[in-house]
Amino acid sequence: MHVADGKIPADYLGYVRIKYLWIVFGIILLFFLFIISISVGAVSIPPYDVLMTLFGQNVNHKYDAIIWNIRLPQALTAIVAGIGLSVAGVAMQSILRNPLGSPFTLGISNAGAFGAAVSVIIFGTGKIQSTIADPITINNPYITTISAFIFCMIATVVILMISRIRGASPEIMVLTGVALSSLFTAGTMFLQYFASDTQLAAVVFWTFGDVSRASWSELALMSVLVTLACIYFLFNRWNYNAIDAGNETAKGLGVNVERVRLFGMTISAMVTAVLVAFLGVIGFVGLVCPHMVRRIIGDDQRYLIPGSCVMGGVLLLASDTVARLIVAPYVLPVAVLTAFMGAPVFIYLIIRGYKR
Amino acid sequence: MILNVQELGFLYRNHDVLHDIAFEVNHGEIVAILGPNGVGKTTLLKCLNRILKAKKGHIYLDGSEIQTLETLEIARRAGYVPQRVETGRLTAFDAVLLGRRPHIGWDVSDRDLRIVDAIFSRLSMDNLRLSYIDEMSGGELQKIAIARALVQEPRILLLDEPTSSLDLKNQVDILTTIVGIVREHGIAAVMTMHDLNQALRYADRFIFLKDGYIHFHGSYDAVTPEIIEDVYGLPVMMGMVGGVRCIVPGLSPSEA
Repeated sequence: MHVADGKIPADYLGYVRIKYLWIVFGIILLFFLFIISISVGAVSIPPYDVLMTLFGQNVNHKYDAIIWNIRLPQALTAIVAGIGLSVAGVAMQSILRNPLGSPFTLGISNAGAFGAAVSVIIFGTGKIQSTIADPITINNPYITTISAFIFCMIATVVILMISRIRGASPEIMVLTGVALSSLFTAGTMFLQYFASDTQLAAVVFWTFGDVSRASWSELALMSVLVTLACIYFLFNRWNYNAIDAGNETAKGLGVNVERVRLFGMTISAMVTAVLVAFLGVIGFVGLVCPHMVRRIIGDDQRYLIPGSCVMGGVLLLASDTVARLIVAPYVLPVAVLTAFMGAPVFIYLIIRGYKR
Repeated sequence: MILNVQELGFLYRNHDVLHDIAFEVNHGEIVAILGPNGVGKTTLLKCLNRILKAKKGHIYLDGSEIQTLETLEIARRAGYVPQRVETGRLTAFDAVLLGRRPHIGWDVSDRDLRIVDAIFSRLSMDNLRLSYIDEMSGGELQKIAIARALVQEPRILLLDEPTSSLDLKNQVDILTTIVGIVREHGIAAVMTMHDLNQALRYADRFIFLKDGYIHFHGSYDAVTPEIIEDVYGLPVMMGMVGGVRCIVPGLSPSEA
């Protein structure tokens, strides 16, 4: 084994180039989808006018208002939330060494839903307005959001504490997550049983994930957190590859497996908690996007993490766009569409197997 | 001397697994750790690069006490090959490139790629570079795991039963490769093994563990049927076949 003997293999470099091309293709697809998403809706805006408006040209005052106040924050929120949920999912699948790993496996989303239920039912922050356009509102959305966030973090802290006592093994984390998930689901059902019709409707409304809820300031907060999380996970991509190769191999390669697990899980949980608190429960993205990308570009975290980010953005943005169009003028909850659109594609990819 | 183990002890859930283990490993030497199931062979091997933390004693790796070394520094000095090689959807080249983890900063360098390429040529695996490891045979996977440990540029290889799941041809192939690399590069190897015949053929020194203690530690010539019977509780016969010492288990001289 002499370094001078080795050469940089051209076939391997070609193989790596194809991986990057897939990611670039995903980014281009995301860009086109972004323009289309802003373009379509109750008021149709030509894509060219969308582009001009985004570049600061004043095409039409009405378009300006629709794009800057409604559609742009909504599209950006869909992308940021998709990236955040997907990157949290890919990290958890590696950390937990479990293909079913996702923010939901650990019960964090259910904890958020319970937090919202506590806020609406116990603190009375939910009510129904009798208008057709906006039939249900949360009376004090900030209390509901804070309550959801607090319970997400309680779930996270419980998992971390148990991991600290019993060791941060994947089995301990998954089993604790399953137990917490059941506990919070039961708690939500218990509260709903004693809730009035209006409170019940408000809780159900909250649990339907919706990317149009976020304001610009909330979007900024989510963007900063998701960006930092992505940088952290990318920085640790070799550690996750090592963990994928087995605990002992990872330790033999100098990876502090327990520390990488605890930090990765804490950051994934934080991202999920913030997204769930602001947007409600959006399932499927964190679980399925990483698997979709695995089937296209393999398990190497160097490509899987950026690929999953792009795929998460694409899936949630596409789902949100279709949700606004499919039964217009009504808007379907985006969480329903993520499963409707993602599941058939996912099943197709399972049947097709891995790409060679 | 690459490895110096002094009075090593290990406890698992307040149960003594290893006691007073002491031995040395020199450059270009292959040491086999032998003994029945559950005696602590793998535990001992994992203590040598701090995958498991020894409760007592000292381990000096290339002159440094391993408790004082960063985990990445240990990985630069000791390459570990686990008993079970796990697969994923990775190419063989990427799986071996992972062995450069202790040396990689943000991304791989040309030097990393050259080292990995060189090891593929050295192990005659050029045709496997872009094969996916989840489609490989046990023998190929074992070679990938050894290649991964070698690209760490270690001073010592720690191998946990490197031939346990391989057919005869692959066993010989893997052990010949290990011996060749150890001699060629002046590194050392410590292997846990079950197959006494393979151990006698390929290792230079032998450590027999019994009840968590070193029962015997010595060279090829010093291994006797009595030692093996003491350790495994089974009579054996030793003889020469084609100039190589062989052991026939379960057969005492009176039965032969």
